[in-house]
Amino acid sequence: MKRKNMNKYISFALIIVAYAVMMALSAAGKTTRSMQGMLVPICAYIVMAISLNLTVGILGELSLGHAGFMSMGAFTGTCAAIMLTDSVPSAGLRLGLSMVIGAVFGGIVGFLIGIPVLRLKGDYLAIVTLAFGEIIKSIFNNLYLGFDKYGLHLQLLSEKGIKLEEGGRMLIQGAMGISKIKKISTFTAGFILIILTLFIVYHLVESRYGRAIMAIRDNRIAAESVGVDVTKYKMTAFVISAAMAGAAGALFAQNYSTITANKFDFNTSILILVLVVLGGLGNITGSIISATLLTILPEALRGFATYRMLVYAIVLIVVMLFTNASGTKILIDNIKARFGGNKEEEEQ
Amino acid sequence: MYTKDGSNLVPVPSNAVIPERDINDMPALECKNLGITFGGLHAVENFNLTIGRTEIAGLIGPNGAGKTTVFNLLTNVYQPTTGTILLNGMDTHGMSTAQVSKAGIGRTFQNIRLFNNLTVEENIMVAMDKSMKYGLFDGLLRLPGFFREEKKAHQKALELLHIFEMENVASHRAGSLPYGAQRRVEIVRALATDPKVLLLDEPAAGMNPSETADLMANIRKIRDTFHIAVVLIEHDMNLVMNVCEGLCVLNFGRIIAKGSPAEIQKNPTVIEAYLGKSHSKGDSDKVSDMLIDAIVENRNGSDTESAAKLVQKSGKGGKRK
Amino acid sequence: MRFLSFLISGLSLGSIYAIIALGYTMVYGIAKMLNFAHGDVIMVGSYICFFAMMRYNLPPVVGVILAVIVCTILGMVIERTAYKPLRQAPSLAVLITAIGVSYFLQNAALLLWTSSPKVFPSIIGNGKIQLGELTISHVTLLTVAVCLVIMFVLTWFTGNTRMGKAMRACSEDKGAAQLMGIDVNGTISMTFAIGSGLAAIAGVLLCSAYPTLVPTTGSMPGIKAFTAAVFGGIGSIPGAFLGGLLLGVIETFAKAYISTQLSDAVVFSVLIIVLLVRPAGLLGKVINEKV
Repeated sequence: MKRKNMNKYISFALIIVAYAVMMALSAAGKTTRSMQGMLVPICAYIVMAISLNLTVGILGELSLGHAGFMSMGAFTGTCAAIMLTDSVPSAGLRLGLSMVIGAVFGGIVGFLIGIPVLRLKGDYLAIVTLAFGEIIKSIFNNLYLGFDKYGLHLQLLSEKGIKLEEGGRMLIQGAMGISKIKKISTFTAGFILIILTLFIVYHLVESRYGRAIMAIRDNRIAAESVGVDVTKYKMTAFVISAAMAGAAGALFAQNYSTITANKFDFNTSILILVLVVLGGLGNITGSIISATLLTILPEALRGFATYRMLVYAIVLIVVMLFTNASGTKILIDNIKARFGGNKEEEEQ
Repeated sequence: MYTKDGSNLVPVPSNAVIPERDINDMPALECKNLGITFGGLHAVENFNLTIGRTEIAGLIGPNGAGKTTVFNLLTNVYQPTTGTILLNGMDTHGMSTAQVSKAGIGRTFQNIRLFNNLTVEENIMVAMDKSMKYGLFDGLLRLPGFFREEKKAHQKALELLHIFEMENVASHRAGSLPYGAQRRVEIVRALATDPKVLLLDEPAAGMNPSETADLMANIRKIRDTFHIAVVLIEHDMNLVMNVCEGLCVLNFGRIIAKGSPAEIQKNPTVIEAYLGKSHSKGDSDKVSDMLIDAIVENRNGSDTESAAKLVQKSGKGGKRK
Repeated sequence: MRFLSFLISGLSLGSIYAIIALGYTMVYGIAKMLNFAHGDVIMVGSYICFFAMMRYNLPPVVGVILAVIVCTILGMVIERTAYKPLRQAPSLAVLITAIGVSYFLQNAALLLWTSSPKVFPSIIGNGKIQLGELTISHVTLLTVAVCLVIMFVLTWFTGNTRMGKAMRACSEDKGAAQLMGIDVNGTISMTFAIGSGLAAIAGVLLCSAYPTLVPTTGSMPGIKAFTAAVFGGIGSIPGAFLGGLLLGVIETFAKAYISTQLSDAVVFSVLIIVLLVRPAGLLGKVINEKV
């Protein structure tokens, strides 16, 4: 119990210190443009990693379509923000609202997807989440949405049927996505979202809900035998995870002037999964650290220009081999034993 | 056969399966014509059994007789092909395993199934889930209900752990405990669901003799404290003969005998099931005595095997099935 | 007639998916891992064949054989260096490693062969057969024929040869197989070799039908074939075959009758519906956990 609390405090402390340091640096004018530009994506990826960790690490179900929920949140949240431009002049409030809307839509899609998905097991569940991610991408790539004083106009495949009244504008233009987005996402908003996410995940894990979810992960049959309603708890975890991804999507999208559905493809889902696995399954602090490092790494490797993605791939393989191969595993265990640290919690 | 240990129990009358004190109560569990087929194989058939409200009953039989299958039927892990199960008079047909648990059947597993990455205390608190009255938002926002209910559950978990004097391992990871301790945690976890019937699948497997002796006392203590029925599958005949009031012997999916331990020990069909066919009536009596001796002497390990060895020594052993 | 020609091109596309899916399913069956790098082995095979034919002017048959040899070796090397050390590791770690290998192959290809698309030459010319109103190209016929041959040979191989039986034994229970004297590591290696060799053939056929070759050529067919393998019931060889063919046909019909852009959505929706009705795929076995 104590160690778990430690982990929790470390997570919060890390985020708060990082925020304070970055704010101080930027106040002192010591940050570069590229550093500034990475802050919001890092925040978004941290939230994505934490939320996927809830599904993969804590619930124990492999999801290969997490970017789909991010996409849902990005599109709905951004559309909402654009539509609210006049009625909510405050950018901060508008961003907050758009993240809430992104979370709600992410959660709804999570629920709808959860109904079929959670009846399946293991790799079959993984492939269906992959399929849903691709379906969401495919739909947004072919969705045309405009709005005017009469409300929303929606059409699939082409925008020909959409005739907007004066003052109306197109929101989503198929594969072109949403353009001319006001960049209202800020580092502070990202920081608040991370803190909220941490609150939700830690409080969930340390309640009867989290216990039941982890019990299902450890032994589904035993969980059923003590009266745990497996479907209900799985769904709870899945929907919360999807909603957090939706909020992260809304934050992420409004850091750019254009957003397209292809930004949230299978590779993005995989990238987030990599963050979670490298950070350690069920380890929230690990997710935060790996999301930060792996978002910075490709940028830091810019010096290597053409080789950077190759290096990234090699780093990934080597890290996985080093942390999981039976030989090095023994070595690591020995080191742990020598320093007397009982690191079991981190391995969950 | 049964000795009093400070409780208000009466000795079991030799002919009744249900203890006399329970005769006037509604039975904890009634199985009528229960059966299941797996692809043409009758794994269990025509299974009729009544368990008294506070009875400790044993389900014994050779390996592969269908004992665990009966437990799986009782907990609706398998849906029975035929027959009904009445739990406290209520038909459990069509319920999910989780619903059966809520209705009042707690169980342990032959191959231990703990939540290995949770602490012992958390394992037990998972089982109390249905009785905890706070919602998702109370938990996320840490409203007063959360603290009240968590504290109550924490205290109850410690109380339950006290049965086995295991409070000191409450915060240990369940997967890190030794084998015997894991078995005990599983029993405590089943108890935490507040069952009316407790099903124990080989609770003494892998325990050493002193642990088994403790377990025997604790099974009685559990029954006396919670006033529940206990049904156990066990190969340790010493435990079975000492603790159980009624026994039900299963072979090839069918009940071959029911009765008090004393009756079962003398039952020729049972002896045959365990040791194979004997030559004459006199032989089978001798075998029976030897079986009992062997069982009582050999508290640890496979009793049927050692009994068979003994029989072979005396040159009277028949073929074992 | 339109329907028939769509059906034939669907079967042709499906045959390619089926060959790739066979590689996925065999590796999954024996190593219980999703080899995400499989799609990129296809790409490597296509490039090898391309360079053999275009730069060194070798005949197509030699090009294909070279591609098969290189991919077979590549598959075994990948297995030995990246997957074998992780035999005891959790399946997610292996999955991530496979993703790493996939990135590696794609980016290595990007460095070696640049991102500019190569136009893949036809391996058997642009001949066509005219059957009344129906036109079938030689490539289409070849693709379907190759797929059928592979299917029959593999079924025979796993059912009748020593190695094939060893593969099936290993996929059932590695421990027991080892006790029976089967070289488990060798068998797994062999499975990767066969799967990768098939990937090379699939790559050549894929690029003959869709002649644009870039370093990411293998990704989408890889994902589709993986879907096909699950569709048919992962681990089952006839399942991969059936799943591949069905997926190809469904995709072609969706493109023809519904919408080109939404065809992927249709394909994946069908997959989901099938899995809901048959949670282990069309020909997969449902394995219930023993209590």
